[in-house]
Amino acid sequence: MSFLSIEKVSHTYFTKDSATTAIENISLTVQDGEFVSLLGPSGCGKTTLLSIIAGLITPTEGSVTIENKQIDRARSYIGYMLQQDYLFPWKTIEENVLVGLKITNHINEQTKKNALHLLDKIGLKGVEKSYPSQLSGGMRQRAALVRTLATNPKILLLDEPFSALDYQTKLKLEDLVSHTLKDYKKTAILVTHDIGEAIAMSDRILLLSANPGRIAKEFQVPDELKRDTPFNARQHHKYSDLFQKIWKELDQLETKQEH
Amino acid sequence: MKPNKNINLLHDLYLKELRKEKQIVRIYQFLIFLVFFSGWEIASQKHWIDPLIFSSPSKIWGLLIDKIGDGTLFTNLYVTLFETVLGFIIGTLLGTILAAMLWWSSRLSNILDPYLVVLNAMPKVALGPILIVALGPGYFSIIAMGAIISIIITTIVVYTSFKEVDQNYLKVLQTFGANRKQCFKEVVLPASFPTIISTLKVNVGLSWVGVIVGEFLVSAKGLGYLIIYGFQVFNFTLVLLSLLIIAVFATIMYHAVELLERKLIKTVK
Repeated sequence: MSFLSIEKVSHTYFTKDSATTAIENISLTVQDGEFVSLLGPSGCGKTTLLSIIAGLITPTEGSVTIENKQIDRARSYIGYMLQQDYLFPWKTIEENVLVGLKITNHINEQTKKNALHLLDKIGLKGVEKSYPSQLSGGMRQRAALVRTLATNPKILLLDEPFSALDYQTKLKLEDLVSHTLKDYKKTAILVTHDIGEAIAMSDRILLLSANPGRIAKEFQVPDELKRDTPFNARQHHKYSDLFQKIWKELDQLETKQEH
Repeated sequence: MKPNKNINLLHDLYLKELRKEKQIVRIYQFLIFLVFFSGWEIASQKHWIDPLIFSSPSKIWGLLIDKIGDGTLFTNLYVTLFETVLGFIIGTLLGTILAAMLWWSSRLSNILDPYLVVLNAMPKVALGPILIVALGPGYFSIIAMGAIISIIITTIVVYTSFKEVDQNYLKVLQTFGANRKQCFKEVVLPASFPTIISTLKVNVGLSWVGVIVGEFLVSAKGLGYLIIYGFQVFNFTLVLLSLLIIAVFATIMYHAVELLERKLIKTVK
């Protein structure tokens, strides 16, 4: 039985002078503990799809269920990470990390201790009382990860969370996130336009075509790469093979678009 | 070791330079003050300007001592300060609450939009006579003047800042399932504190305008009354004394707001 299931979801945005279909007839299932990447050019509705899964947007058609529950009843199962950290600059790191627990009304001694312990484990000991502006970009994104994990979600939605970081920090964080998610046995969906990142981190890659967004192709990541950390996976020869395959496929999608 | 020493030396030099620059600025500020008041005094004594109209610093000082002595200064000052501070607080508070209501319901905001534009464009001081008739010639109408003059502009500015809060901050909270009230309390309001503070600074000045005009119209007490009274009996020393006192206390209020700013906005390193 699948953990997350998306059935025939379509979404159209309406404005005064246009109706734009962002995604069309997308169906997909994700198993418990699986890491799935959605890869595609800009304009393929990746973020729209993620927002629908998070219950932030109600799709014009179709349904999303987590463990057979409609998404609006399963809010607490979801953790969402954005392109930038979006830590609140007027709150300390500790207040930022605890904000999810505060909103969901789950704050108590135990959950607070867990969240601070997680902060510690992720390498942010001693910055609890600092403000976000005093931290580097990588540290801030790590704090944002702790904020997302603090409410103990079952599934993580990652919306290009590494795109705003420099390359070195990005590689380090990929390892850290992948490792943390495996440790806590979280299911995850990563949205990205970085082919390498998708291969290095995920179990399965879905290629989306643009205008409107549809699932064009599915790739299984070889077991050798799945087992490795993202950094080591990048050195593997199977990584380059898959990279070439996906590259060609993306190229074809683009030329098809132009015709 | 040697380059370190050099850096320390250079840093010292840099700090000295900063101090020197600050001193120069202070000296010039003091000079302007001195030249203005001594020029005023001399011009008045030599009758270059009409001392009956422009008075002189020494006469104003003498009057200040007298007025402090017989206690009339403090009663008048107290009344005006009370009215201004209250008008200022009410105006800012009501304006912010109105802004929150507009943020809460975009329909309400659409409905009220043309009325806000009209009310903002209208000179609020012109409402004075109506306020006096409606609320009676006393504290109430003067405080209402002090408040009404800043409400609409506060509403418009603060509402704009509420709307311009980065949507992604709200998205973070919504993914946790936050409701509208939580979004307002945790994100929209704190994100708008800098704007609210800067409207406070503007409102300090506006409330003084409202209260002084209100006192021109009705009151038998207050600094605005002293100005009008001085004008009627042609005692311009009294008019200028009141003006100077207003300037001093308006500045003090402004600095109080700055102090509040430093307390509220902690993120600045």
